[in-house]
Amino acid sequence: MDEIIRFDNVVYSYAAAGESQETMSGPGGGGAAESGRSADGHRQPEPDAGAGGTPALDGVTLSVRRGETVAVLGHNGSGKSTLVRMLNGLLTPLSGTVTVCGIGTGEEDRLLEVRQKVGLVFQNPDNQIVATVVEEDVAFALENLGVPPAEIRERVDAALRDVGMVEYREHAPHRLSGGQKQRVAIAGALAMDPLVLALDEPTAMLDPRGRGEVMETVRRLNRERGVTVVMVTHHMNEAALCGRVVVMDRGRIRLDGTPEDVFLRADELRALGLGVPQTVALARGLGLDAAPLTDEDCARVIFDFVRGGASAGG
Amino acid sequence: MTAPDVFVKGKPFLLEARQITYVYGRGTPFEKTALDGACFSVSAGEFAGIIGHTGSGKSTLIQHLNGLLKPHAGQVLLEGRDIWEKGVKMRDVRFAVGLVFQYPEYQLFEETVEKDVSFGPAAMGLPEADIRERVSEAMAFVGLDKSVAQKSPFDLSGGQKRRAAIAGVIAMRPKVLVLDEPTAGLDPAGRREILGHISEYRRQTGAAVVLVTHSMEDAARVADSLTVLAHAGDVLRGSLKDVFAQRETLTGLGLDVPAVTRVLLRLRALGLDVDAGAYTTEDAIKAIKEVSGSAQSPSLC
Repeated sequence: MDEIIRFDNVVYSYAAAGESQETMSGPGGGGAAESGRSADGHRQPEPDAGAGGTPALDGVTLSVRRGETVAVLGHNGSGKSTLVRMLNGLLTPLSGTVTVCGIGTGEEDRLLEVRQKVGLVFQNPDNQIVATVVEEDVAFALENLGVPPAEIRERVDAALRDVGMVEYREHAPHRLSGGQKQRVAIAGALAMDPLVLALDEPTAMLDPRGRGEVMETVRRLNRERGVTVVMVTHHMNEAALCGRVVVMDRGRIRLDGTPEDVFLRADELRALGLGVPQTVALARGLGLDAAPLTDEDCARVIFDFVRGGASAGG
Repeated sequence: MTAPDVFVKGKPFLLEARQITYVYGRGTPFEKTALDGACFSVSAGEFAGIIGHTGSGKSTLIQHLNGLLKPHAGQVLLEGRDIWEKGVKMRDVRFAVGLVFQYPEYQLFEETVEKDVSFGPAAMGLPEADIRERVSEAMAFVGLDKSVAQKSPFDLSGGQKRRAAIAGVIAMRPKVLVLDEPTAGLDPAGRREILGHISEYRRQTGAAVVLVTHSMEDAARVADSLTVLAHAGDVLRGSLKDVFAQRETLTGLGLDVPAVTRVLLRLRALGLDVDAGAYTTEDAIKAIKEVSGSAQSPSLC
């Protein structure tokens, strides 16, 4: 099996981790590759995660295979963001292990390797952009790693091409739209040539157009470049576009399956403070045992139901 | 489409923006027309949605509603009176039209939640007892427990911070509560909760609410009327049903009607005679049950 990421019974609590974790993952201490970008992530851990002594992660076991697209759902404080920060060793388990391609994220001398394999993109594009020119921002991590200039040029161009931002390479990031900024942030992660792209609510602060741009970019990178994607989202229709949906609640994985499987369990989702895509809600509201994820499928299922009802009656 | 006349009935609107034009960086090479003759109005007790893309002028428009920006052309009327007229105190306008910015939690600054929420009413010069009453009332409106009043706002969760910031504006008891994307970045439960509190505030106080949103689903859930901004102006204005019926215009603007409405339209295209005017899941279910009922009943006889 092409396993790329493995969580074994991972437990984490912000309260218990305390100072040591803070210094380890804080700016400057987190390795050159991600330090500038990770600073933001850590300044805003889910404030209510781990409150009242509940661990932010409470025995998470998860295996992600190469080429998968995994959406992570859960209400605020369910442990989603903590899980994402575990993927590249920004946070390390209190107990249990996280391995990336067989490398434990707790092995400090191999942290750089882990971070090269897993690129992280956060929610707020404004907090992750460090340079005043788009291509310089994308080159940031490579420069810190001392990659030769010619290779930097090549990799930055390729990354910008991959996210469709080549024509903006000399622009000032602050003048870009939210979706464009987020694509620059993705390019910054891509320039490291990661196997996994982990995104923590990358679309939460974007308008529908920006959301569409980011989702399209992420899906294309998965399709064309084989990048494995782990993405936290609050948007059920974005989760529906992924191959696999993982639902978290109070630091544990409650549901894990294809979007169809997971969204069929609408009542459980609702109990966890989550919704289902409107198309699913509509089909379920009509009493249909189906989880249509697209408008087409939904219309088809309902059409058959109405027609079927009519012919069965006759 | 023009203003929904049903709200007029000879009475002036509570708040009206007439033909607003605003140009950023006027007279510089970076001149950009943000609004060009945009109109908007809201009546007492109305829940008005404003929807449009980033750059469509939404934020520019709402900053006109309480006089943060002065229009280069056009008028803003509060209870029929131009807010830029001589003799109108801008302070009063600001208290009457409460503006909650995007990500308002970044504006929390006081030592305790109570002090932060008190800031508005204190600035209004109210006596101490009134301030305390308004603070506890505002906190209740947004569903913040009394126990957090003495906490630092920075120790709250993201959702609580957001609600504390909204309480700070509600504490001024504005006649018009304007919120710029109050649900951005929240999870579905958080979105429902905030919208619920705002609807409840409107119901209990009779205040007008103006909600700027990107989410057609959110607008469909709570708003009475909708103004669609694009190309620096109001492209569509009317009741939810009227606006959502303009599907082509909406999709042409890169906006979209709610998913259930799209499904209903597809059902029509498949030859099912279903009313495609519904925009909430509940109404869509009703509409479909109607046709499936009528399809079945003749054969039952």
